[in-house]
Amino acid sequence: MKSVASTTSYLELLRLASPEAIVVISALVVLTIGLMSGRATVVAGVSPAKPPTGAAGIRPSRTSTVWCSLVAGLGIVIAIAAVLMLPRNTNPFGGMLVITPLTSLFKIICLGLALFTVCLARSERSLRDPGEYLAIILLATVGLMLLVGSEELLMIFIGLELLGLSLYVMVAFDRTDVRSAEAGLKYFLFGSTSSAFTLFGISLIYGMSGSTGLAAISNKLAAAPVQPLLATGIIMTLIGFAFKIAAAPFHLWAPDAYQGSPIPSAAFIASGSKVASFVVLGKIVLVGFGPVHGNAGWHAMVAGWSPLLAVLAALSILIGNLVALAQINVRRLLAYSAVAHAGYTLLGLVAGSRDGFSATLFYAAVYAITLLGAFGVVAVVRSETGGDDLKDFSGLAGRAPLLAGCMAVFMLSLAGIPPLAGFFGKFYLFSAALRAGGNYGLLWLVALALFGSFVSLYYYLIVLKAIFVDQPSLTTASATAHSTPDLLQRITVSVLAAAILLLGLMPDTLAARILAAVS
Amino acid sequence: MIAWTIYLTFAGAVVLLVFPDVVARWIALVTAIAGLVLGIVAFVRTPIADLAHFMTIVSVPWVPPLGMNYHLAVDGVSLTMVLVTGISAVSTVLFSWDVDHRQREFFFWLLLVVGGCYGVFLSADLFLLFAFYELVIVPKYFLIAIFGSTNKEYGAMKLTLYSFFGGMFVFAGILVAYATAGSLDLNQLAQFHFSPQLQSCAFPVLFLGFAVLAGIWPLHTWAPTGHVAAPTAGSMLLAGIVMKLGAYAGLRVAMNLFPEGFHAWSKWIAILAVIGIVYAAAVALRQHDLKFVIGYSSVSHMGFVLLGLATANALGVSGAVLQMFSHGVIAALLFAVAGRMLYRRTHTRELDALSEMNLSQALPFAAFTFVIASAASMGIPGFSGFAAEITILIGAWHTYPIAVWITGAGMVLVAAFTLRALIKSFFGEVHMQTGRVSTDADWHEQSITLAEKCGACLLMLATLAVGLYPKFLLDRIQPAVEAMRFLK
Repeated sequence: MKSVASTTSYLELLRLASPEAIVVISALVVLTIGLMSGRATVVAGVSPAKPPTGAAGIRPSRTSTVWCSLVAGLGIVIAIAAVLMLPRNTNPFGGMLVITPLTSLFKIICLGLALFTVCLARSERSLRDPGEYLAIILLATVGLMLLVGSEELLMIFIGLELLGLSLYVMVAFDRTDVRSAEAGLKYFLFGSTSSAFTLFGISLIYGMSGSTGLAAISNKLAAAPVQPLLATGIIMTLIGFAFKIAAAPFHLWAPDAYQGSPIPSAAFIASGSKVASFVVLGKIVLVGFGPVHGNAGWHAMVAGWSPLLAVLAALSILIGNLVALAQINVRRLLAYSAVAHAGYTLLGLVAGSRDGFSATLFYAAVYAITLLGAFGVVAVVRSETGGDDLKDFSGLAGRAPLLAGCMAVFMLSLAGIPPLAGFFGKFYLFSAALRAGGNYGLLWLVALALFGSFVSLYYYLIVLKAIFVDQPSLTTASATAHSTPDLLQRITVSVLAAAILLLGLMPDTLAARILAAVS
Repeated sequence: MIAWTIYLTFAGAVVLLVFPDVVARWIALVTAIAGLVLGIVAFVRTPIADLAHFMTIVSVPWVPPLGMNYHLAVDGVSLTMVLVTGISAVSTVLFSWDVDHRQREFFFWLLLVVGGCYGVFLSADLFLLFAFYELVIVPKYFLIAIFGSTNKEYGAMKLTLYSFFGGMFVFAGILVAYATAGSLDLNQLAQFHFSPQLQSCAFPVLFLGFAVLAGIWPLHTWAPTGHVAAPTAGSMLLAGIVMKLGAYAGLRVAMNLFPEGFHAWSKWIAILAVIGIVYAAAVALRQHDLKFVIGYSSVSHMGFVLLGLATANALGVSGAVLQMFSHGVIAALLFAVAGRMLYRRTHTRELDALSEMNLSQALPFAAFTFVIASAASMGIPGFSGFAAEITILIGAWHTYPIAVWITGAGMVLVAAFTLRALIKSFFGEVHMQTGRVSTDADWHEQSITLAEKCGACLLMLATLAVGLYPKFLLDRIQPAVEAMRFLK
C-alpha cells in the first residue's frame, strides 16, 4: 500500500473517486437542509401497524421535503455524469479503486436505482424525517459504489459495512410501526452475524494467501493446493454474501424486512443492494477464487465454490417458490420470490463462464428494476388502502388502470413471460448454465429452475387475479374514495415498467454492453 | 408482406387501449379483417413453388451475441395456419360484438392471443417462436378469468398452468437443442445432426411439451374445463387456433429437429392419439353440458391431428395440417352456436333444458348453423372434416393399420355424440303445453344479429370451400411437408 500512495497523488484519487465524493457531499447537504427545517417532533412510542393518515401536523414542511429530494436527485445525476467522464480503464491503487467498463456500467445502474428509490421516498408519507432518510439512502449508495468499484477484500468489506449499517437504519426508520422495528432488529442481527462470518473468512484468506487483492489471491490459489483453512475462509466469505443476496438458507431476515420496513427501504434492499452484491460476489468467485471453481455437474461433481453455490441456488429456488405459494401479503410474497430469484441468478455464477457472469448481471439488473417498480405500486396501494395484503389489491384495475398495467408488467416479467425482460433474462441464464456445464452437467439445476419458474407463475397470477379479476371489497372502495393520486410516483412506476418492456423487446441494448464489459 | 399480420394485430391491440370503450370492437374488427385479407392475398399470390420450403421473409439480427434473430419465414403449412388464424380472428370478434363491460381490455387480450398465434406460425427462429408461444398463455388467463362463465377462475388457472407446464418442457428441449447446436435458426437446426441418443431423449420432452397445448391424452383435461369456463370468444380462439399452436410447433420444431427421435417414438404418439380420439368421444357421449360435449369433441378431433403427425408419411402429415385448418373452423362454429347463439338467449347449456325449448323454430338460423357444423364435425363428405380425416386415415393405413380400425370405431362414437347433441339441443320433443317457450320472453325476442350471421357465414363458407375443393390447400401443404426433414 505504501508504495502505491507515494506514486499517485491524492488529487488523482479524488478525481477517480469523484462520483462517490459527489454523492457524499449531496448526502451532507441533504442532511443540513433536513436539520435546518426543523426536526419533526413525534411522540416516540410504538403503536400498532396503522397507516399514518392525517399526520400532517407532525410532519416537516412540504417544501423542505421537496428540497431534500431535489438535492439528492441532483447529486445522483451529477454523480452519473461524473462516472461517464472518468477514464475507461484504470487501476492505480492495487485493486482498491478499479475503473473498468463493468464498474462504470454498474455504478450507473446503482445510481439509477438509487434515483428511483429517492423518487419513491419522496412520495412516502410515513417518513418523519425525510432529510435524514434521504441522506442515509445516499450513504448506502456510496456503499454500493464502493462494492462495485473495488477488487480488494478490505475495501469490499468496508463497502459492505457502509451499505449494511445504512440499511439497518433504513429498515427500522418508521418509528411508529412495531414491525419496522422488528424488521430492523432481525436484519441487524442476521446481518452483523454474517458480517462477522465474512470478516473472519477474509482474515483467514489473508492469512493463507498473504494478500487481500483478488488478483493476488487468485495467483496464490493457482500455485498451491488448497488447504482446509483456506477452504474454510472461502466458505465463510460466501456465507456473508449468501446473506446479502437472501439465498436460502440465509434468507430468514428477508420476509420480515420486506414486509415491515418502509417501502423505499425494502425497494432499495431488493434492488440496489442486490445488484451490487451480485457484481461483487461474481468478482470474488470468478476473479479471486477462480482456480478453485470446482464442478457442479451431476456426474462430475468436483469440490470448489461452484457446487456450494449450486446447492444454495437449488435450495433457494425450492424454498422460495414453495413458501411464496402460501403468502397472502404481497410484500412477503415478493420477499420469498426474491429468494427464488436469488437462486436463478446464482445459476450464471455456478456456470462460471463469461456468458454466465454476464447473464447473472443482466438478470440481477432487470430484477432490480422490476422489484423497484413493484414496490412503487405497493406503495401507492398502501397509501390508498392502508394495507398491502392481496385483498387490498382487489379491483386495482378499476380504480387505477395504469398502475394495474404496470404491476402486470412487473409480475409477468418476474414469472418470465415474453415480451418482458425477465423472459430473456431467464433464457440467457439457463442457456448459459446449460452450455457451461459440459455434457449437460448442470441440466439438473436448470430443470429445477424451470420447475421453479413454472410454480412461480401461480402466485404471480394470484396477485394479478386480485388486481384484474376480483371485485374491490367495501372497505377498499371507501378508503380510496378520498385519495389524491401522486403524480411523481405514477411517473416513476410507469418509467420502470416501460424500461422492463423495452429491455424485453431489445435486450441487446443492455446485454451486449454487459457482455462487452465482462471480459 | 405476410409479416404485417403480426405487426398490425399488435398495433391494433395497443391502439384500442387509447380509444374509448365503444370503438374498441370496431378497431378489433378492422385489425382482424386486415389480418385475414393479408393472409388471403398472400395465399393466392404467392407461387406454389415458393411455398415448398421455409422461405425467409424477414431476418434482422436481434441479440447477435446469442445468435438470436428476428427471423420470419413462410411455407405452405404456416400459410395455411395463418389463414385459419385470420378466419377465426374475424369470426371471434364478430361473435364478441355483445361484450358489454371492459371492452378495451377484452379486445386487447383477444388481439394479443391472435397476434401471438400469427407470430408462432411465421417464426423461423426458435427463441422467437418460443417467445410468441409463451406470449399467448397469459392473455388467455385474463380472457377467461374476467369474462368467462361457469367456474371461470378455476378453469382459467388450470388452463394457464397446464400450458405453462408444457412450456416448461418446451423450454428445456429448446435449451438442449440450443446448447448442443449453438444456433437458434430453425433452418440451420434442421440441417444439424444431433446424436441419436440425444434425439431419443430430447424429442419426447419437446414434443410432449407442445402436445399439452394440442390436448394430447392424458394431458387434455385442461381443454374441456377451459373451454367451458371461457367466454365464447375465448373458446373459439382456444379450440380454433391455440390448440393448433401445439400441433404446429410439434411438427415444425420437435419432429423437424429430432427426426430420429421422432421415428423412435412415433408409435407411442399414435397410441396416445388413438386413445384420445376414442376416449374423448366416449366421454362426450355422456355430457349434459353442450359446451362440455364440444370441448371433448375438440380433444377427439385433435387426436386425429396427432395421429396424422405420427404416421410419418407425407399424406398423413398433410392430412394433419388440413385437419388443423378444418377443426379450427368447425370448433369455432360449434362454440359460436353453443356459447353465443344459444347461451346468450336461453341462459342454459344443459341439453335436457334445451331440448324442451323448441329452438329449431325459435332460432332457425342457429339450428341451420349447428346442423352444418355437426355435419362437418362428423365428417360428412363435402365438408372440410371429411377431406382432412380421410387423408389422415389413408396415411395411417400405410403405417398403423390397426389404428385405422380403432379410429373407425371412434368415428362412430363421434357421429353418435354429435347427433345426440344436435337432436337434444335443437330438435327435442316439444312440449308446448309446458308453456316455457311462450312465457320466457327473455330470449325469444332476440333474433340472431347481423354480426352473428356474418361470423357464422364466414366459418361455414370456409369449411364448405375446403370440403369441396381441398386440393386448394393440399397443393400448398403437401410440397412443404415433403420438404421437411423427418420424411427423408
